[in-house]
Amino acid sequence: MEQRLAEAHREDPTEQYTAENRRRALRARRLRRGVLAMGLVVPAAVAYGIFVIRPIALTVQYSFYEWDGVTPSTWVGLANYAHLFRDPELYGSILNAFQLIVWFSLVPVALGLFTANAIRGFATSRLAVVSRTVLFLPQIIPLVAAGIMWSWQLSTDGLVNQVLRLVGLGGVTRAWLGDFNTALPAVGVIGAWVLFGLCMLLLLAGMTKIDPALYEAARIDGAGPVREFFSITLPSLRQELVVCLTVTIIAALASFDIVYISTQGGPGNATLVPGLEIYYLAFFQREVGMASALAVALMVLVLAVVLPLQRISREDAS
Amino acid sequence: MIVSRREAWTGRILLVALMLVTVMPFVSLFVTALHEPGTYPAGLSWPQTPHWSNFLDAFRAADMGRLLWSSVLIELGVVPVSLLIATLAGFALGHLRPPGGKAVFIAFLLGLTLPFEGLIIPLYYQMRDLGLLNTRWAIILPLIGLYMPFAVFWMRAHFITMPDDISEAARIDGAGTWKLFWRIHVPLSMPALSSLAILLFLWSWNQFLLAVVLVDDPTQRTMAGALGAFQGQWGTDIPLLCAGSLLILTPTLLIFLIFQRRFVSALLQGSMKG
Repeated sequence: MEQRLAEAHREDPTEQYTAENRRRALRARRLRRGVLAMGLVVPAAVAYGIFVIRPIALTVQYSFYEWDGVTPSTWVGLANYAHLFRDPELYGSILNAFQLIVWFSLVPVALGLFTANAIRGFATSRLAVVSRTVLFLPQIIPLVAAGIMWSWQLSTDGLVNQVLRLVGLGGVTRAWLGDFNTALPAVGVIGAWVLFGLCMLLLLAGMTKIDPALYEAARIDGAGPVREFFSITLPSLRQELVVCLTVTIIAALASFDIVYISTQGGPGNATLVPGLEIYYLAFFQREVGMASALAVALMVLVLAVVLPLQRISREDAS
Repeated sequence: MIVSRREAWTGRILLVALMLVTVMPFVSLFVTALHEPGTYPAGLSWPQTPHWSNFLDAFRAADMGRLLWSSVLIELGVVPVSLLIATLAGFALGHLRPPGGKAVFIAFLLGLTLPFEGLIIPLYYQMRDLGLLNTRWAIILPLIGLYMPFAVFWMRAHFITMPDDISEAARIDGAGTWKLFWRIHVPLSMPALSSLAILLFLWSWNQFLLAVVLVDDPTQRTMAGALGAFQGQWGTDIPLLCAGSLLILTPTLLIFLIFQRRFVSALLQGSMKG
């Protein structure tokens, strides 16, 4: 009996051994799979590291130096950043970018909301389907092309002034992009033209997802179109609104193409934006350190505006 | 849905008005392109004798053939590689989910809202040190890196929605990870991949900042960069500039009109996810 038990015991270790073995094999496989998975990430991570992470780090590093791009650089600490707050040309460019938000962001979103709400009743009609294609055109052409087209529309003899004369407003006609008072809004109009279609279609797509029963219930309760819009439509669109605002605000703060083509920042510095100022400082005035400080400020600014917006949409999801 | 007739009509009129505002610049560009070269025509006026030859002149002046070829080469350099490495990474992070994967993903997310202006200065010196300034590589290589946050994010979001059952079944049948990826997951990912391809194509075609800063020669640039150079050179001859702009726009417009449904849904989805 005892001997048998001992024999059984003697058999046990082999069994334990196999169980242990299986566990070890499983762990090894999981490890191998983990290593393989990380291996698959490597190419993307290398590209990202070389062309995004390293440049960010270098931009921050350059921003602490005075450097003309050729001769050795000198450490100046935070002097570039201090200068950023004192030089009206530099902080002015940031203020201009914020003014552009009104045009690039608020106008398309407000107009998009209004239009989408007006047409949601026939969102699947032929006209609405055609409008999808037409309103999307500004999204697919290069911003450079939008800039060229609109520089022409907004010029002294352009379409805008032609229309104004036609409706008897000949007195206000001017070279819109060349006038100190109207240049920045004129650039803003170009941005609004580009971004309106995207916002409208995003919001319309969001609206078609709202349960029609909600509207029926509201109408039965006697709510008018205005009440309906504010208590049903608007709250249901929180996520789409956040997306529209994020995309358009980034487009405003980081604008470059349109301004470069239509005004080059002028007249004076009336339409100078950070992107353009970085370009001028770094590649024409050879103030690489100063340009880098502005670049860092721009990146921080974008994050400071975008991250709180994301929180709003996440609260909505949870 | 209950919508009163009056509301519907206001909506229709508004929509048509907005479509007109959207299309007018294109129309104005077109009719202006037909005027006599070197004149300053009014914004919207049909010329007495349409100068169709402007398009031919602009084609020659802009060296359109070479511009197109350059953009195509850049697309070929950027899009396939970006798709491949983003899909590999998205598959790993979304499906295999290795330990530490989440941290890697968050690192990618950080780059999602980055304005390119923030990176352009070091990129210039990087390209100069590599001796790649004024070559197409100066646009291709950085673009691949710059697209990674969005592309990985997009592909991961796709793979995370793929049900695990499919892969388990394949594994029981003895498929290794590699086979699982190529035979099962890639074919099932075609809608996500083609949308991403459209977005990357469009963004590369329209990329301006990198072209302006890193490449001086318009025939080595993207289409948008070439258009910028064309404006700089012919900006004073309005009809010719309009004709050239239209020519440079034509390929994008054609591709858009052919694939419009995919384009619209890709761009809408793209911004929803981004």
